[in-house]
Amino acid sequence: MYDVIIIGAGVSGCAIARELTRYDCTVCVVDREEDVCCGTSKANSAIVHAGFDAQPGTLMGKLNVEGNRLMYEWAKDLNFAVLPIGSLVVCVNDEDRPGLQALLERGEANGVPDLRIIERDELVELEPNISDEAVAALWAPTGGIVDPFGLTVALAENAAANGAEFKFDAPVTAIERAGEAWQVAAGGETLTARTVINAAGVYADELHNRFVELASGDDTLQTAMTVAAEPLSIVARKGEYYLLDTTAGQHVRHTVFMLPTAMGKGVLVSPTVHGNLIVGPTASDVEDKESTNTTPAGLAEVVSKSSLTVKNVPFREVITTFAGLRAHQAAHDFVIGEVKGAPGLFDCAAIESPGLTSAPAIGVMVSGLIVDALKLAPKPEGAFDPTRPGVVNLVITSFEDWDDLCQQDPAFGHIVCRCCRVSEAQIVDVIHRVPQPRSLDAIKRRTGATMGRCQGGFCSPKIMEILERELGIAPEQVTKRGPGSELVVGYNKDRIVAPDTAGKGGDA
Amino acid sequence: MSKAIEQRAIVVVGGGPAGLAAGIAAYEAGQTDVLILERDTQLGGILNQCIHNGFGLHTFKEELTGPEYAARYIQRADELGIERRLGTMVLDISQDRIVTAVSPTEGITQIKAGAVILAMGCRERPRGALATPGYRPAGVYSAGTAQRLVNIEGQLPGREVVILGSGDIGLIMARRMTLEGAHVACVAEIMPYSGGLKRNIVQCLDDFGIPLLLSHTVVDVEGRDRVEAVTIAEVDEHLRPIAGTEVRYPCDTLMLSVGLLPENELSREAGVELSTVTRGPVVDQSLQTSIPGIFACGNVLHVHDLVDFVSQEAAAAGANAARYVAGGSHDAVDSRGVPVSAENGVRYTVPSFVDVDAMDDTLTVRFRVANEYRNRYVSVYLDDERIQHRKKRVMAPGEMEQVTLKKADLAAREGLAKITVMLEEE
Repeated sequence: MYDVIIIGAGVSGCAIARELTRYDCTVCVVDREEDVCCGTSKANSAIVHAGFDAQPGTLMGKLNVEGNRLMYEWAKDLNFAVLPIGSLVVCVNDEDRPGLQALLERGEANGVPDLRIIERDELVELEPNISDEAVAALWAPTGGIVDPFGLTVALAENAAANGAEFKFDAPVTAIERAGEAWQVAAGGETLTARTVINAAGVYADELHNRFVELASGDDTLQTAMTVAAEPLSIVARKGEYYLLDTTAGQHVRHTVFMLPTAMGKGVLVSPTVHGNLIVGPTASDVEDKESTNTTPAGLAEVVSKSSLTVKNVPFREVITTFAGLRAHQAAHDFVIGEVKGAPGLFDCAAIESPGLTSAPAIGVMVSGLIVDALKLAPKPEGAFDPTRPGVVNLVITSFEDWDDLCQQDPAFGHIVCRCCRVSEAQIVDVIHRVPQPRSLDAIKRRTGATMGRCQGGFCSPKIMEILERELGIAPEQVTKRGPGSELVVGYNKDRIVAPDTAGKGGDA
Repeated sequence: MSKAIEQRAIVVVGGGPAGLAAGIAAYEAGQTDVLILERDTQLGGILNQCIHNGFGLHTFKEELTGPEYAARYIQRADELGIERRLGTMVLDISQDRIVTAVSPTEGITQIKAGAVILAMGCRERPRGALATPGYRPAGVYSAGTAQRLVNIEGQLPGREVVILGSGDIGLIMARRMTLEGAHVACVAEIMPYSGGLKRNIVQCLDDFGIPLLLSHTVVDVEGRDRVEAVTIAEVDEHLRPIAGTEVRYPCDTLMLSVGLLPENELSREAGVELSTVTRGPVVDQSLQTSIPGIFACGNVLHVHDLVDFVSQEAAAAGANAARYVAGGSHDAVDSRGVPVSAENGVRYTVPSFVDVDAMDDTLTVRFRVANEYRNRYVSVYLDDERIQHRKKRVMAPGEMEQVTLKKADLAAREGLAKITVMLEEE
C-alpha cells in the first residue's frame, strides 16, 4: 500500500512527487507512456510566464506568480536550464493601448514585480526586428524561458533519488474503492494507495469523472481545498509550432507576445534555452486527444500571425514543426483539490498555460494537501536531498573545462550529436539515471541530441547503438518513443525466401 | 589552453573523398606537412556506406563501389605516410587558422595551420525542414540515414516504403530496399523533373518497376508511434498541392531524399563568406574562401553529382593550398579578381572570382542549371564578347555542368571586368 499514487508523469505529477518526497511517505507515479514528459509537458511554448495573463483571484493567477519565483530558485538545486530573458506584450495599434494598461494592472494585482509599459523607441532598442506597426509594449522582466524536458526530468530524478517509485507503460484501466483506501489498476498491476492524485493532462476529465462515480453522499473531507463532485470536461486544444535553427535564435531576444485584439490572440516568437527560435502556437479544439499532428492550415496560421509582431521571421531556417495539446477547461482555471465525497482522491486537472510555469507552485500546493490529509511528517533532517546533478552541456563548456572532462572520461571527446554538441559521455550518463530513458526521444529530452538542424539524421544510428549496448537490447527493440515505435523492423533479406524453398508452401 | 598549440603546414578538415584528394595533392605538390582530421573512426567519409557501384568511371575508367573508390585514395595516403587523426571532431576554426578539435584520446587540441582545407562534406535536409504536415512517428528516415542502417548495420528500417524526393541517395535506396526484401511503392518528386542522375532513374527505379511520380509531394504522415500511411498529392505550377488528387499509401516507412546541404557551420563561425545559392563558401580560382589561407572543396563547397569531380576539385584545392603555404601564407588580399556571373538558367558558378594573373593555363568552372533544358547553348562572355557557345542536348538540375576557361583568352583582354556563364536558346 502506497501513501500516494500519482497518475501522470508530466511536469505537474513530477513536481508533486518531488515535493512529497520531502515527507515520510511512499509515492508511486504511474504513466501510460514509456517515460516522463510525454504529453502536454513536452510540446508547449517552454515559457516562464510572468503572471499578468490570469484574472486576479484565480488559482492560475496565484500559482503562476508563485511558480515563476520558484522556477528560478529550483533551477539552482535541480540544474535544469532556465533563462530570465524577460517578455514583451506588443501593442500594434494605438486604439489597443487600454488593453495594455489593463494587462499591466492585472499583472500588478497578481503580484508580478517590475512591470512597465515601454514606448516604441525603447521597444525597438530591445527588439530590432519588432514589427513596424508596434507602438508600445508591456515589459515583464521576470518572464523567461525554460527547458520543459529538463525541468520535468529533473523533478522526476530528484523524486526518484528521494524514494519515489515510477511505473511506465502503465495506463490506468480501473480505480476502485478498497475500504478506506483506493485500488488502481495500471499496466497489468493492481496498486493500492491511501490517496490518488489525478495529474493526467488531457485525460484528467476521464479520471475525475471516475472519481465522481466513486464519491458517496458523505462529504466528510480531509482537506479544505475541494472540487465539486460534478462531471468535468477537458478539451484538447491543439497548438502548432515552428522551431527554427539556432542560426535564427537571436531574431528576437525576449519572448514576444501579441496583445490580444479584435484580430485574435496572435502567436509568440521567442528564443529557446537551446538557442533556437520558437514560433506558435495556434489554438484549435480537437476531438481526438491523440491528434498531435500538424496541419497545413495551422502551420500557415503560425507564419501569418507571427508577422503581426515580428518582421522577417526567417521561416526558411525551420528545422521542425510540432503540435501539442493543452488540457483546456471551459472555466479556464486550474482544478485542484479533493473530490467531494471521495476522501483521498485529488484532482490536479485542467493544467493549461501557464501550467508549466506554475508547476513548482502546483507541486507545493498539491503535496501540501496530501500532507494535511495524511498528516505526514517531514523526513528527518538531511534525509531529503533537494539537489539533482545536471547533465553536462558542452555548448556552454569552455575548451579548458571540456579538456578536463575528457581526462576524466574520454567519452566526452566522442561527439555523437554534432548539431547540438552532445558526446557519448552525456548519453551514457543519462541512460544510467532513474527514471531510466530507454528510447531515442527519451535521450533527446535529457541531452538535446537529435534536436538540431539535421534532426537526428547523423546521430540516430549512433544513439541506437549506445542504447543497445547500455541496455543490453537488440536493435529491433530500440524505439523512438516506446513500444510500437520501433526504429528498425528486421534485418537485410530476412523475408526473402531461399530459392530451394520458394513456392513449396507448407510450413517450411 | 595549457597545452601547446601545434604548428602544421596544412590541416584538412574531413577525411572523405574531398579531404583525401586534397591532402594527397598538397603532399604531391611538395607540402609534406599535411594533417587530416576525421571525426569517424575510418577514412573514406560517406563512400563507406555507398556500397553500390558506378564510382570512378572518369577517374579510373572502371566501375568501383564507394568503399573501393575510397580505398584507392586511402592506399595512396598510406603510401605517402600522410598523417591523419581519426575520431577527431573539429569544433572551431579561427580567422587566423587555429583549428580546435576534440577526440577521446587527446581531449581538446589546437593546431595553427599554414593553410586550412575545408572538406566537411554535406548533410541531408531533414523532414522538419519541409514542414510537412502530419504526425512525427518512427519510420521517417532521411535516405542517407536509412542507407547507413542497411549497408553498415545490416538492419532493415522498414518493409513498405514510400520515398519523397528523387535525389540520388533516394533513388539508390529505392533499389537497395527492394534488393533487401522491402517493397517500395513509389518515389514522389515535387519538381517536374528528377533531382538525381538519369542513369540512377533507369537503373534504380525503371529496372525494378518503381514508379516516379513527378510534381507530387507528401501532404500527410499518419501514425502516432510508427508510420502507418502517407498521403501523396499532385502539385500545381506553384508547387501547391492540388485538392482532390490525394492518394493514401499505407506503409511503415517514409524515406526522404529532398536535398543535400553543404555543412558549413564551422565555416560560418570562422567568418567565411557563404553563397546563398550553394550554401557553400564563395571561392576564387584557387578555391580559396574569403579568408586567406582557408580553402574549400567537395560537397562542403557545392553539392556534386559524381565523386570523380569532387576528387578533381579537391586535388586543385590541395595543390593551391600547398602553393599558398610555400608563398609564405600572405594574409592581405586586395582584390579577389574578376567576378564570374551566373545568369539566365545558370544557378551559380564555382569559382565566383578569377584572378587572371594567378590562374593556371586552364580553369574548370562548374555550375548547375535551374531547370530541365533541351537544346540550349552554354555561353561564356568576357564582358560583352561571347567567347564560348556550345550546344547541349539535355541539361538538368541533377547533373553538374562545366566550362573550361583559358588563361590566354582572359589575359588577352585588357581591363576585363566580368565573366558571364549563361544559357542561350540560340
